[in-house]
Amino acid sequence: LQVDLWQPSSPIHIVEGAVADVRVPQNTTRSLLPYLQQANIQYTILISDLQQAIENQTGGRSHRNRRSLSGYNYEVYHSLEEIEDWMHYLNRTYSDLVHMFSVGKSYEGRPLYVLKLGKRSRPYKKAVWIDCGIHAREWIGPAFCQWFVKEALQTYQTDPDMRKMLTQLYFYIMPVFNVDGYHFSWTNDRFWRKTRSKNMRFHCHGVDANRNWKVKWCDEGASLHPCDDTYCGPFPESEPEVKAVAHFLRKHRKQIKAYLSFHAYAQMLLYPYSYKYATIPNFNCVESAAYNAVNALQSAYGVRYRYGPASSTLYVSSGSSMDWAYKNGIPYAFAFELRDTGHFGFLLPEMLIKPTCTETMLAVKNITLHLLKKCH
Amino acid sequence: DIDDVGHKYYLELELEDVLDKDRTVNCTAEVLYHLGSKNSAPDVQVTVQGELRSTEEADKEFYNWIRSLEKELVAENIPDSHGNVPPELEPIHLLAWVASGYVIWQNSTENTKFHLAQVKHVKQVKRSDEDLQFDFVVLLHEMVSQEVLPWQVTLLWHPQRGARVSQS
Repeated sequence: LQVDLWQPSSPIHIVEGAVADVRVPQNTTRSLLPYLQQANIQYTILISDLQQAIENQTGGRSHRNRRSLSGYNYEVYHSLEEIEDWMHYLNRTYSDLVHMFSVGKSYEGRPLYVLKLGKRSRPYKKAVWIDCGIHAREWIGPAFCQWFVKEALQTYQTDPDMRKMLTQLYFYIMPVFNVDGYHFSWTNDRFWRKTRSKNMRFHCHGVDANRNWKVKWCDEGASLHPCDDTYCGPFPESEPEVKAVAHFLRKHRKQIKAYLSFHAYAQMLLYPYSYKYATIPNFNCVESAAYNAVNALQSAYGVRYRYGPASSTLYVSSGSSMDWAYKNGIPYAFAFELRDTGHFGFLLPEMLIKPTCTETMLAVKNITLHLLKKCH
Repeated sequence: DIDDVGHKYYLELELEDVLDKDRTVNCTAEVLYHLGSKNSAPDVQVTVQGELRSTEEADKEFYNWIRSLEKELVAENIPDSHGNVPPELEPIHLLAWVASGYVIWQNSTENTKFHLAQVKHVKQVKRSDEDLQFDFVVLLHEMVSQEVLPWQVTLLWHPQRGARVSQS
């Protein structure tokens, strides 16, 4: 039987009549307490759950705490390792609502993790796909994905909308799409955007993961030069990350009714097309969903988002995931460009994570509830 | 469209004071992009309709603080990766914006959209005259190409004389 001695400082000082404080793991109490009783040693339990006590104390201010939903700090940016540990934790702890799986491996061999969220209420449920961090430097994206999961798990019992969402739908959440790039933006270059695949002929690395999809690939708004930040790649789905997610979405295309991709920055809610100036067939449904979502978002702090087809609202680009998802039969395909509009740009301060995520939640819930009302 | 000259834009703008969000001021501007604009900056004329907030006291405080430093000020990564700016470096951040404004103006066409992404490096250079001199390396993000590129720019500043770019 081993104990962690908290008082006195050394076993030499343990004498009859003196007080000793010990800490034991939960399962050890089963053997320790009877032992003390048998030995006629009086005891009092001072702290019955040490983990909880620590979390209560450090919860809000703790920087790298990933042990529990309430202990994890959702208002700071987390490294890839921290996010993966967090996903593993949720997978273990909320197994009735969360299922973590991998869709493949990145160029540098990292697993591509996705969380499947939702109540296993019926055999076949429609789904919503959400990805964040296609572009490495857009850190507010992964921060939002984590926030979304937190909100879902924390409010599913108390919020009727969230309960409805998780009961009637599954959510596939990919907190970091471009894992290699994201890691690189933490260790080497904060403004890295692309993947980290090596190029055969040039010294430059990486492909723009949002120009690599097989939809009017490498037409306008993408570059054929490997050193450019909008490099479309040597061929469509050349990037293992893109190929893996495309494979998953193709396989589940009948189930997935909405595709949401989170980027930064511009404060926009975009829908297809990016590659051309044209109106989508289900324009009325999509446009009204966007209009309502943007208004819902604005209701939080008054922040205004522009919305519309990507080509005319932002710029023309080809090979984007949103256009591809739409072409693949997903009726609602959106790309969010989160805060801000250039003041901090990619370096959005951590203290703006909470308001950004709070308002964006309203938009996402709004789109989801709109989806459930069948307007495809 | 102005034949053989270029494209002229007439703008009505509302300026918001970053440091005093409720404060706005209207202004009008005329911007002329020259044909074949790769080589020359657009012509800009601005008229501010109203008054800008006086910053005399804060200017003086900052000026005196820099002048009192024994060693020249040197700083990097403003804001840092997590978006934080130490409060005493906020004025440097603001001056970097001014300096970036000049570089952006010089390099803008009808197909670019620049923002200051980060002040990579700033070094104060002591001068014999009364101006403060800051040598900046700023990272500018261009929205269409998505490139983030470094630019060198030297800014001179004085509380009464204002900001001037020395070379870029």
